[in-house]
Amino acid sequence: MCVVALAVCFPSITHATVAEICTPGSPASSASAPSGPTILPNIFDPHGPPARMIHDLSWLVLGICGGLFILVEGMIFYGVIFYRRKKNDKSKNEPRQVYGSNPVEIAWTIIPLLIVFVLALTTVRTIRSIELTEAPEGALQVVVIGHQWWWEYRYLDATLPGGEVVVANELHVPINRPVWLRLESADVIHSWWVPALAGKMDVIPNHTNYTWFNAETEGLYLGQCAEYCGNQHAGMLLRVVASKPADFDAWLQTQLASAVNDTSVAMGRDIFQEYACSNCHTVKGVSDGQFAPDLTHLMSRETIASGVAPLDPATLKAWIDNPQALKPGCNMPSLQLDTQELDAVTAYLLTLR
Amino acid sequence: MACLIFAECWFFAGFIVAYLFYIGKSSSGPLPREVIDIKPVLVNSAALIASSFTVIAALRGLARSHMGSFRFWMALTIVLGSYFIYGTAMEWRGFIVDHHLTISTNLFGTTYYSLVGFHAFHVIVGLCLLTTILVLSLMGHIHVVRDHLRVELVSWYWHFVDAVWIVVFTTVYIVGMRP
Amino acid sequence: MTTAPIHPISETSVGFGSRVHSWVISVDHKKLGMMYIGAGLIFFMLGGIEATLMRLQLMKPLNDMLTPHGFNQMFTMHGTTMVFLVGMPVLLGFGNYLIPLMIGARDMAFPRLNAFGLWLFIFGGLLLYYSFIGGDGLYGMGGAPDVGWFAYSPLTSKAFSVGHATDYWILGIMVSGFGSMTTAINFMATILCMRCPGMTFMRMPLFVWLMFTVGILVLLALPVLTGAQVMLLFDRFLGAHFFDPQQQGSVIFWQHLFWFFGHPEVYILILPAFGMICEIIPVFSRKVIFGYPLMVAATLSIAFISLGVWVHHMFSVGLPPWLNSIFAASTFLIAVPTGMKMFNWIGTMWGGNIRFTVSMMFATGFLVMFLFGGLTGIMLAVVPFDWQLSDSYFVVGHFHYVLFGGTMLAVFSAVFYWFPKATGRLLSEPMGKWTFWMFMIGLTLTFFPMHLSGVLGMPRRVYTYQPGRGFELWNLISSSGVPFQIVGVLLLVTNIIKSLINGRVAGPDPWDAWTLEWATSSPPPSENFPKIPTCTSPRPLWDRKHPEDPDCFYE
Repeated sequence: MCVVALAVCFPSITHATVAEICTPGSPASSASAPSGPTILPNIFDPHGPPARMIHDLSWLVLGICGGLFILVEGMIFYGVIFYRRKKNDKSKNEPRQVYGSNPVEIAWTIIPLLIVFVLALTTVRTIRSIELTEAPEGALQVVVIGHQWWWEYRYLDATLPGGEVVVANELHVPINRPVWLRLESADVIHSWWVPALAGKMDVIPNHTNYTWFNAETEGLYLGQCAEYCGNQHAGMLLRVVASKPADFDAWLQTQLASAVNDTSVAMGRDIFQEYACSNCHTVKGVSDGQFAPDLTHLMSRETIASGVAPLDPATLKAWIDNPQALKPGCNMPSLQLDTQELDAVTAYLLTLR
Repeated sequence: MACLIFAECWFFAGFIVAYLFYIGKSSSGPLPREVIDIKPVLVNSAALIASSFTVIAALRGLARSHMGSFRFWMALTIVLGSYFIYGTAMEWRGFIVDHHLTISTNLFGTTYYSLVGFHAFHVIVGLCLLTTILVLSLMGHIHVVRDHLRVELVSWYWHFVDAVWIVVFTTVYIVGMRP
Repeated sequence: MTTAPIHPISETSVGFGSRVHSWVISVDHKKLGMMYIGAGLIFFMLGGIEATLMRLQLMKPLNDMLTPHGFNQMFTMHGTTMVFLVGMPVLLGFGNYLIPLMIGARDMAFPRLNAFGLWLFIFGGLLLYYSFIGGDGLYGMGGAPDVGWFAYSPLTSKAFSVGHATDYWILGIMVSGFGSMTTAINFMATILCMRCPGMTFMRMPLFVWLMFTVGILVLLALPVLTGAQVMLLFDRFLGAHFFDPQQQGSVIFWQHLFWFFGHPEVYILILPAFGMICEIIPVFSRKVIFGYPLMVAATLSIAFISLGVWVHHMFSVGLPPWLNSIFAASTFLIAVPTGMKMFNWIGTMWGGNIRFTVSMMFATGFLVMFLFGGLTGIMLAVVPFDWQLSDSYFVVGHFHYVLFGGTMLAVFSAVFYWFPKATGRLLSEPMGKWTFWMFMIGLTLTFFPMHLSGVLGMPRRVYTYQPGRGFELWNLISSSGVPFQIVGVLLLVTNIIKSLINGRVAGPDPWDAWTLEWATSSPPPSENFPKIPTCTSPRPLWDRKHPEDPDCFYE
């Protein structure tokens, strides 16, 4: 138990070389790279109230169970060492047969009962602090829709012109403001888990769940889907970008803008519209697909395929050409574009800032 | 037999819980109140409950070695049980043909057909057991001393099927009609 | 009348074909018990291969040894195999073998039903494994089931599980489940009705008490699973809507039904292990079990409470706080009788004169590993902690400690203890000691680091993971434990085969034990006892060996 504590309570050790897609790799990538560190999904590195409440409770529980472990394991080892038959003991004498002892048995029933009683009380108290029934005051409200195998986010705000902002795979939030998530599923059960922010909450079809968090530091928070949902359950990564309120507002403004309409990539846009791309993907003003991530501001993200691949021209082209190679089993088919069409569509998508 | 009955109770429990949980939750389609006609069901139920009494009478006849009485009451039990199945079949025919209610129509259809269907299946199994005993008796293979316990165990199964029907009836035709 | 030790090869007076035939048509509880255990151990090796492939795939991040679909089939089949085709048959097989002998009966109450149960289990298992080649139905989709061993809706609906893979999961388990239920009926009838003269309930060996409790749990839990699986079949084939969210069906309802079965199921998997330990530790500590009446009370409490804890598998589903709190409380409560048992075992060893045969080593290993697994279980009962760690590798570590470090180590202990009784030959102690250490090292290397990767944020059932999140080292260490376990299994199998051929002759009572199975020859004659024994106390043979100080003075 102690090893657990020591090994994982020093997040700086685990920050190390992040091979994951967290830093912009090329000039043509994201317009808003997150400032601040990448925060790994370590439950002992909380960065907000629900995760912190769980963290504090975890230390108490670890302490109690660790103590019990040392005590009882110690008793076992003592018994094994001191009551071992001596090597040259050839006698047939049996030790004293003890059938039981009422005081001892009562003691080791009552004491564990008291211990679990204490644990139960602290558990109930923490449940009530975390499991809220309504949004905290002033919370940013976002609807999360889990799909096989990507995440859709819809920002609800009556003050937003057009009423809603729809993004995919990267959730942006301001720091120091509660965020209230309404969780829905489009297909099977998923689970939204970003350990540094909060405990997980399942995403269930026809059953709305709610969760909340309040990021205290800027950075990119990592997590992933935590309920087996089919082939690419492992590829349904979570990225929450927490930034200063001003930066968040700026990001929201870019998302509200209409799609960039660059005439130099008209050919690519036409292919996008005429081929099956538009059946699944939405680009505001161009197409209205409901099945796949919204691409209106694709280039404001750092990754594609729900965090599995970096967003740079070469990878984007490879993805469009053969999605199954990067994310085998995902729902996007290869449209068998020839080289010219592929280049055109890629060039078009690269303009969608 | 007691253990088998215990296990079967838990099997039915799942379907009863499903039925109760899904009451009023169908999003469309025929509702219980629209399709259920309680009168024939009451007659059916009376027949099934009466068959529990007739099987007791049959056992008493067997215990006293009155084989004629035993066979008569056994036959009557089978007839009453068969009437129950006939009545259920008529009810289903009405639902399917007149109201287009099938297992896939809505939650009511799903839970109703599976619960009543499994009960009916258990009744049919019981009827097979009882008929086998009757036929063996007619062929002279039932001996009082050797077989009394065996026939009694089959009668326990029959009583169990009856008891389950009382629970199913309450669930479907009383509680389920509320909303 | 004594029987010569079993020798698979040298008995030339009877042809090989007719010997196989005698086993296949047997209704003798001893042969059936051994077939249950043997088939269970074969499935254990199949499940182990599936696990090895998974650990090879997870050795490094972004590995491509297995496709996602392939990996998903591996974890589903591994879990399903280990729970239904290894755990249940091996434990019920030991029950089958030992119960009549321990209660002084000649066979089970319903020998033919017993055989029926065995063959249902075997055919159910074969049906499940046939899915590897037969699952590709008309549409070329499917293969082995890949929906996880608890098969959550709506992933198992026709929409998301095209092809017949899920149907093999349902039917294979259903058939095997019927086998388990018939065995449970047999246990109940035998224990209730066929105890020898003088054996009251409070004089039964604790193993028999525990199997009796397991019988009740099987008859209670398995039908609920069968019902749920029938509902799923109706959904998949008849268009029913039990778990169909589009028609207001509830997918959480599947979870409730499954875990109402699933939680008693894991107690079904651990209680027989407790029973084995209750027999083995006293004999090698040379002391009576400490606190027999409270052990019985604890067993019944555990079984009763286990019916009311199932929601602790569903804490992250978003159920209301009051519901989560109630089930947290009941889960904490079940820790108390379990702890009592632990203390009673230690109390038995305390003041004893412990002889560390391989069987006792495995029993001690059980105590060490089960304690750890039980404590991580208590941690997981703390709901907010579970909100972080449910469905992560922490849980995988927890249940492998209790099921592998708990149940399987107890099974290995039982194998070394009762193999001499069943075959008339002792297993090799030196090879057994190597087996023990291989397993202890292998289990610790593989399953301890899982707690760490869970805490670092690694969810379960992932065919690969991202580099740079801190999972690499722990996964590598976990995978490094596999060769030790493979060596352990090979040593065990070799030990069994070698001992069958020319192991040392055991005699009727090699361990100087106290329950009735040691009062007859090794192996027992087909009628078990030449004359039905009488029972004077929980330790009838102790009374015979120590007439000056029998247990019946202390009842």
